[in-house]
Amino acid sequence: MPYKITEKKELAPSVHMMKILASDVAKAAKAGQFIILRIDETSERIPLTIADFDATEGTVTIIFQEMGKTTKQLAKLTASDELRDFVGPLGTPADVRELGTVILVGGGVGIAPVYPQVKAYREAGNKVISVIGARNESLLILEDEMKAASDELYIATDDGSKGHHGFVTDVAKKILDSGEKIARIVVIGPPILMKVAAGMTAPYGVETLVSLNPIMIDGTGMCGGCRVSVGGETKFACVDGPEFDAHKVDFNLLMSRLALYRTEESKCLENHNHKCTCRGEN
Amino acid sequence: MADRQAMPLQDPKERAHNFNEVALGYTKEQALAEASRCLECKNPKCIEGCPVNIDIPGFISCIKEGDFDGAIDTIKLTNALPAVCGRVCPQEVQCEQYCILAKKGEPVAIGRLERFCADYERKRGVTPPVRSKSTGKRVAVIGAGPAGLTAAADLAKAGHAVTIFESLHETGGVLTYGIPEFRLPKAIVKEEVEYITQLGVDVKVDYVIGKIKTLDEMREEFDAIFLGTGAGLPKFMGIEGENLNGVYSANEFLTRVNLMKAYQFPDYDTPIRRGKKVIVVGGGNVAMDAARSALRLGADEVSIVYRRGEDELPARKEEVENAKEEGIVFRLLTNPVRILEGENMTVKGVECIRMELGEPDASGRRSPVPAEGSEHVIDADIVVIAIGTSPNPMIFSGSTGLETNSRGTIIVDGSGKTSLEGVYAGGDAVTGAATVISAMGAGKLAAQAINNYLSN
Repeated sequence: MPYKITEKKELAPSVHMMKILASDVAKAAKAGQFIILRIDETSERIPLTIADFDATEGTVTIIFQEMGKTTKQLAKLTASDELRDFVGPLGTPADVRELGTVILVGGGVGIAPVYPQVKAYREAGNKVISVIGARNESLLILEDEMKAASDELYIATDDGSKGHHGFVTDVAKKILDSGEKIARIVVIGPPILMKVAAGMTAPYGVETLVSLNPIMIDGTGMCGGCRVSVGGETKFACVDGPEFDAHKVDFNLLMSRLALYRTEESKCLENHNHKCTCRGEN
Repeated sequence: MADRQAMPLQDPKERAHNFNEVALGYTKEQALAEASRCLECKNPKCIEGCPVNIDIPGFISCIKEGDFDGAIDTIKLTNALPAVCGRVCPQEVQCEQYCILAKKGEPVAIGRLERFCADYERKRGVTPPVRSKSTGKRVAVIGAGPAGLTAAADLAKAGHAVTIFESLHETGGVLTYGIPEFRLPKAIVKEEVEYITQLGVDVKVDYVIGKIKTLDEMREEFDAIFLGTGAGLPKFMGIEGENLNGVYSANEFLTRVNLMKAYQFPDYDTPIRRGKKVIVVGGGNVAMDAARSALRLGADEVSIVYRRGEDELPARKEEVENAKEEGIVFRLLTNPVRILEGENMTVKGVECIRMELGEPDASGRRSPVPAEGSEHVIDADIVVIAIGTSPNPMIFSGSTGLETNSRGTIIVDGSGKTSLEGVYAGGDAVTGAATVISAMGAGKLAAQAINNYLSN
C-alpha cells in the first residue's frame, strides 16, 4: 500500500518538509505521536515525529534533516513520489492539559515536533511561550508558524545571527528567572540539548518533559530496541513514550545507545553515495 | 518394515555460513518410499494428533499412487499453510507421535511428506481456489500470523468478506520476523499468504489496531472480529547491564535479521551488530534460531546459556541437533547473574552461576537452584535474551471489557469466544508463546465458532 508524497519543501539547508497522503493516520494522530516509514523494499524503518496533520486533507507532515543514508535518500524524493510504508500514529500522545503558562523549547529539527504541541497546548487554554533555536539563522525552521501559534516567541542562535546569541536553554532560564509562574517546560531536540535543559530546570523544580529519540525498528513494543531508563526503570520509548519526565531520564545511556550503529551507518551512507556516483545521479 | 527415509540436509560446515534452507526436502523417489511405509490404519490416530485434522492417510495414499495433485488437494481441505507446517511443526509431539509405527520403530515422516506435497504444488503452480458465495457479513482479523491467516482462510471460504489488519509491513507474523530463512524461506511464506489473498481476503499492512482504530471502533464496523495478535512483547531478565550496547531481545535480533534482512547489510539498510562471541540466553526454538543466526552472521563462538539441563530444553530435538552439528556450544545448568560493562557502555561478558536441579515443582518440572560460589564469567560482545514473550498490550488500548488474565493473555471459552460479543481470539494471544500449528488450530476453531455466530 504505497503512500503518496503530496508536497515537498526545503525549509533550511538539508532540512525538508514533506506532506504524505495517509488519511487513516491523519485522522487518528495527536500531538506528540510519531510515524515509522520505509522508502522501498530494501529500506530500513525510521521513526519521525508527526510535525502536523490535517484530517480533512488526509495528510501527515513530517520534517527531517539529512543525516545518513535513509534521510538523504528520502530528501531526493519529490511530490507525487511514493513511500512504500508509513505506519502510525505511534507512541502515547503528549500529556497536553490546561496548566497555566507553559514553555515549549525546540532545538534544530526538534522545532518540528514542538510545533503540534504548541498548537495543542494553546487550544487547551494555556499561555504558550516558545523558544526556538538553531546553529544559525539559515537553519531556523517554522519561525512564522511558531510565531502564529505561540503567545510569545523567542529565538536563539549559536552564532548570534538571529535573536539571542547562545542556546535556547539560556533563554528559557531567563524566563524562569523573570519570576513568571511556569507550570511546565517541554524540550525537544538533540539528546545533549534535552540533557542540558533537564539539568538547567532541575533547581527550579519546574516539571520538565522531553521527547526521546532512541533507535527504533517496529515502533509497536515488540522488540525493546528503543528501551530507555527512566527513574531506574526500563521503558520502551515507542509505547511508554516518547514523552518522559526529563529529570528521571538516563541521558548518558540514551546517547550511548544512539551511537550503537555509527560504523554501520557510515558504511551504509558510503555505499549509497558510491552507488549514486556510479549511476551518475548524485 | 523399511527404515524411515532420511531428510537430505545441507552440509553443516557449509550451512553454518549461509542463510539457505538447511533441510533440502525429499525427492520424488524418497517421498514414494516413505509413503509406502504408511499402513493406512482403519482408525488412524495420526489425524487426532494434528491440530488442523489433516486427512493424513488420505493424502499419503494419493502419494503412493503418484497422484501428487490429489495429495495436496486433500491437505488443503483443512490446512492453508502446508509448506510452512511441513517445515516448522513439531511433528514428533503431534501427528507422528500417534503413528502406529512409532510403537515399534520410527513413525511415518508425515511432516516431510506434507512438505513434499506443498513444494510439488509450488513448483507446478498453485491452483487458484474457488471463491464462495458471499454471505454479506464482514469479519476483521487482527494480526497476520499463523492464527489470523488460518482463520481468515476459513472465514473467506465460508463466504464472508474478510479483512486482515497487520501492524508490520509484511504479513506472516512470527513466520516472517521470527523463524529464520534457513528454517523457513520467506518466499514460501509469501506464496502461502498469496494463496489466502486469492480466496478474496483483503490485507491491510502498516495498520496498528489500538492506534489507528480501537477495538471498540472496529466492533462498530465489522460483524465479527478475530484477534490473532500473538505474544510479541519480549521478556527481559531484569539483571544489571541489560541495557548495555550489544544486548538484544531475541525479537529485536531476529526481526533485524529476518524481516529487515540485516544479514544482507549494506544491500539492505538495516544494520546489526556482528559479534565475535555471542551468548544466547534461553533454551527454546527462539534461542536456537537466534544462536544459529548469530553464527551465520560470522561469530567465532556462539553459546546457548540455559538454566536447566539437556532433557529440559524446550526446543525441538531436531533443531538442537542441527545447532550442535553447526558448532553451537551448549552451556547447560547455567544462568546469567549480570552483564558486564566494557568500553563505551558496551557488553564485554556475562557473569553466570551454575544451577542444580531441585525437586519437581507443581508442574512436574524440576526447578533449577543456584549453586553458591559457582559464579564465573563468560566473555561476550553480543548477548541475546530469548527467555520468552508475552502478549503485547497495545490491542487493549481502547477495548472496553475485553477480559485478560494475570499473564496478559486473552480469556476465551472452548470455542475461542472472548468476553465481548462477536469477538473471538486464538493463538499466542490466548495461550502465551506456543507453536505455529497450535495457533493455526485455534484460528480454525475460532473461524468455525464465528461461522456459527454469524449464521444465527
